[in-house]
Amino acid sequence: MTDKYDAIIVGGGHNGLVCAGLLAKSGKRVLVLEANDQVGGAAVTREFADGYSVSACAHLLYQLQPAVRKDLKLSVKLASDDMTTIALGDDGEHVRMVGNKASGVSDADARSYRGFRKRMTRFADLLGTYFNRPPPRLGTKDFKDVSVLARLGLDIRRLGRGEMQEFLRLIGMNIHDEVVERFESPLLKGAISLDAVLGTHLGPRSPNTIMTYLYRQAGNHGRIAAPKGGMSSVTEELAHVARTAGATIRTGMAVTRIVVENGRVAGVETEAGERFDSMIVISNADPKRTIMKLVGARHVETGFTHRVHHLRSRGNAAKLHLALDGLPQIAGLSKKDFAERLVIAPDEHYVERAFNPAKYGASSPEPVVEITFPSFRDETLAPTGKHVMSAIVQYAPYALKGGWTDAAKGEFEAATIRAIERYAPDIVQRITASELLTPADIEREFHITGGHWHHGELTLDQFMFVRPVAGAAQYQMPIEGLYLCGAGTHPGGGVSGAAGRNAARAILGREKAA
Amino acid sequence: MTIQEVPQGRLRTPFYSRMSELDTVNSWHEWKGYTTPDELYCAETEYFAIRNATGVFDLTPMTKYRISGPDSLEYINRLVTRDMAKIKPGRVAYAVWCDDRGQVIDDGTIFHLREGEYRLCSQERHFDWLMASAIGFDVSVVEETAEVAGLAVQGPTSYSVLSNMGLDGLGELKVFGLMHFDFQGAELMVSRTGFTGDLGYELWIEPAKAEQLWDALFEAGKLHGIRAIGVHALEMARVEAGYLAAYEDFLPAKATLRTGRTRSPLELGLDWLVDFKKPVFNGRRALAEEQRRGSTWRLVKLDIDGNKTAHHSYIYAKPKNNKREIGFVTSAVWSPICKQNVAIGTVRMPHGEIGSNVWVEIYYQREMHWSKAMAKASVVDKPFWFPPRRSATPPGPY
Repeated sequence: MTDKYDAIIVGGGHNGLVCAGLLAKSGKRVLVLEANDQVGGAAVTREFADGYSVSACAHLLYQLQPAVRKDLKLSVKLASDDMTTIALGDDGEHVRMVGNKASGVSDADARSYRGFRKRMTRFADLLGTYFNRPPPRLGTKDFKDVSVLARLGLDIRRLGRGEMQEFLRLIGMNIHDEVVERFESPLLKGAISLDAVLGTHLGPRSPNTIMTYLYRQAGNHGRIAAPKGGMSSVTEELAHVARTAGATIRTGMAVTRIVVENGRVAGVETEAGERFDSMIVISNADPKRTIMKLVGARHVETGFTHRVHHLRSRGNAAKLHLALDGLPQIAGLSKKDFAERLVIAPDEHYVERAFNPAKYGASSPEPVVEITFPSFRDETLAPTGKHVMSAIVQYAPYALKGGWTDAAKGEFEAATIRAIERYAPDIVQRITASELLTPADIEREFHITGGHWHHGELTLDQFMFVRPVAGAAQYQMPIEGLYLCGAGTHPGGGVSGAAGRNAARAILGREKAA
Repeated sequence: MTIQEVPQGRLRTPFYSRMSELDTVNSWHEWKGYTTPDELYCAETEYFAIRNATGVFDLTPMTKYRISGPDSLEYINRLVTRDMAKIKPGRVAYAVWCDDRGQVIDDGTIFHLREGEYRLCSQERHFDWLMASAIGFDVSVVEETAEVAGLAVQGPTSYSVLSNMGLDGLGELKVFGLMHFDFQGAELMVSRTGFTGDLGYELWIEPAKAEQLWDALFEAGKLHGIRAIGVHALEMARVEAGYLAAYEDFLPAKATLRTGRTRSPLELGLDWLVDFKKPVFNGRRALAEEQRRGSTWRLVKLDIDGNKTAHHSYIYAKPKNNKREIGFVTSAVWSPICKQNVAIGTVRMPHGEIGSNVWVEIYYQREMHWSKAMAKASVVDKPFWFPPRRSATPPGPY
C-alpha cells in the first residue's frame, strides 16, 4: 500500500481524533490508525458483561475544552452534568460538595470551603488559560516564547501581591497540609485529598498534589459530567467530525513501527506488515512508547532518549466494573443520589495509608474509591432495571510485587468490594458480573506505558515547559516530521482534547511559517 | 632515623615500581585516581627524548571502555560525530562526542580491535554518558581502565626500539593502525598512535605482564636513548603537535556550569570529524543549525613573535586601541625543536582566519616585577611539528 497521506496519526484516542479533525478541516489528507477495533483509546464504552456496558477507562468528563467543542462544532449529549461529589460517611452522615458549596459539614468548614474553592478556581483558571496553547520553550530568544513567558509572569503578578504569594507557595505543596490547616471535617479532608491524587502515583502528603488538584479544576471549574452512552459517544462524535472533514480512520490496525529514513519520518508500519507513507507522523501514543518502541532510541540523540527513558509513568489507578441486578442500599442516600459521584475516602489519613503500600509495590488493603452508577441516568448501558457501577480504585501499582496474577487481582477486587460494602452492605448480593482492570490491564488494552492515564506523571518536573520532557514541549519531537498529540504532552491527561488541538495548531502553524 | 612513607591515597599503575626506581625528583600528581609523574628527571631532558630518541609515558590511567555486541557499530556511530563505518578492524580513529546541543563532551581514540569490538580511550570518565547512550541498543559497555596497562613509546627511535624487542612486521603498521603480538605468552597490542605528533606507538598489555614489558622495552632501547617521561614533557610535545587537551583547550560539556563555556567540534577546528552524511548522531541537529547560522568561536594555532610564552594571554585584533579582546590563549609553549613561540587559542568569529595576524598580550615577570608586551602572532594552518617520519611506512631506522 503506497497511499500518500499528508499526515498519519498513530492511535485514535480522543486527542488523536481531535487532531485529525482539525487537520482534515484544514484540507489535509489524514489517516488515523487505531490498534483496537473501536476508536477512542482510553475514552471508550464497551461491554464487560452480557448486556452491561461501561466507559472502560476514563468515565467522567471534567474538562472537555470549550475551544475544542467550538472548533469541531461538537455536540456532546450529557447524561449527567454538574455532578455532586458525595463523600460517604458512616451511618449515612455524608458530605456533599458541588461548585463552591459543601454541606454536611460545620458552618466554619462550609465557609472555609467556599474560600478555598474560590482561590483554587482562580488559580485553576490561570493555569487553564495556558492549556489551549503550546507552552513556551525555556531559554530561547524566540519572540513568541519570551512573550508567552512574560505573559505568564504578568498573569501571576496580576493575581495581586497576596494571591501571587499564595499561588507560588501552594503550587509545589502537598494537599494534606492545606486541608488539615483549613478544615475539620474528616470526610471533607478525605474527599479533597482523593481529588488531588486521583490517577497519580502520589499520596496526599506527596509534594505537588495541590497542582494535580488544580489540574482537575482547570478548564471547567471542576464541573463533572458524564456523557450519554459513555465515553464512546464523545469519541465516536469526534471520529464522525473527522471523517466528515475527510479523514480516513482505520481500526484494528496496530502501528508497530514509525519508519525513520535518512533522519526524518517517512511513514508507519502496521502489525500486519502494511506500510503507509507520510512525511508527517503524529503519535497519540504516550511519549515513551512512541520514542522507545515505535521509533527506536537509535534514531534520536542520547540526551533526549535518556530523558524519555526516565519519564515517570507508573500507573496506580485500577478500574472496577460491576454488573448489578439492582442498585445497592446506601444509608443516607436518596435514589437520585445515585446519579452523583460517590467517593470512599473517610479521612485524609486513610488516603495516605492507602498509598503507603503502593510505594513498596503492594496494593492497598483499604483502597480509596470513586464510584459512579452511569446506568442510573443512561438506560443504554444496562438491561432495564439492572445497573452498572464504574469505579476508579487506588492504589494498584503497575509494578506490583509478584505481578498482577489472578490471585493478586482477586485480592484487590475483594478489598475494593469490602471497602464499598462498608457503605453498601448488600452490594455483594447485587453483583452478577465484575471486571477489574489493573494498570497492567490498562497498558495491555489501551497501549499506555505503565497504564498511567496521563501518559506520564503530572508533576512539576513533567509539566508545561518540560512536558513530556525538556526540549520537546511543543509537540514536535527531535526528528523531522514526528509529532506527539497525546496526554503525555501539554497540558496532560483527562478527556479534554487540548493536547490534540494544540498539536494540530502547532503543525499547521509550522507549515505556515515554512 | 627512617622516615615512614606517607600513603598518597592514589592508585599506582603496574609501571609504578619501574618509574619510581628511575624517579629523581619526586614530582607526581593525580590523574583519574592514579598517581602520574610530572617529571622524572627534568621536563626538558624528557622532551628531547621524545623529539630526538624515545620517550616512554605510562598511559595506564587513560580511561578505557570495551564496547561490543551486535549493535556496537551503530551505537558508536550514534555516539561520535565521524563515520565509524569507515574504520575497519585493525584501525584506530580519533573522534569527538557531543551532547544533544552539539557541544563536545570529550575527544579520544577508538580502537576497532576486532570485528564489532571496540575500545574507546579518553582522558576523562564517561560511563554515565556511554550507558545513557546504550539505551535501546544491544551493546555491552565495560570499563577496563584497570585491566589494561598502556605505554606510549614515542620518538624517532621508537620503531628501532620495538624492532629490537622482537616485534617483527611492525614496519608495515601504518599511522592509526593496530597489530597484535605475542609477548611472553600474553597478547601485546601495538597501535601507531600518540600524542606527540611524531613517529610513535602505544603498547597495551595485561597488567600482570606490565613490568616484564617495561624491562624488555628499556633493555631493547638502551642504545637508542630511551627514557621514561612525565606529563610536562608530553604537554610540550602535544602543543607543538597542535593536539587539544580537555580542561585546557576546551571544557568537557558535562563539566561546565555557565552557558557559553562549552565548544562545538566546529568551533574546535574539528569539522573534518563531523560527518553530516550520517542521518543521526548526538549533536547532529544542533551542529547543522550551527553550520547554517555560523559558529561563535574559532580555535587558532598561533605563531607568536618573540620568546615570551603567552600563557593564558588575551588575544586582540590590533596592537592598540582595542575596545575589547577577541579571545584568549589556552595552551602555550616555547617550542625548542621549532625554535618558535607557539600557542593554541580561541577567538571570536569572524576573527582568526588562517594567515591573518592577531595580537597577544603577554604578561611576564622579571625579578618580581610584572611587565607587559604586545606580541604579533600569525594564525597558522598546520601543526607546528609535523615531520614526514611521523607517517613514513616503513619508518626509518633512526
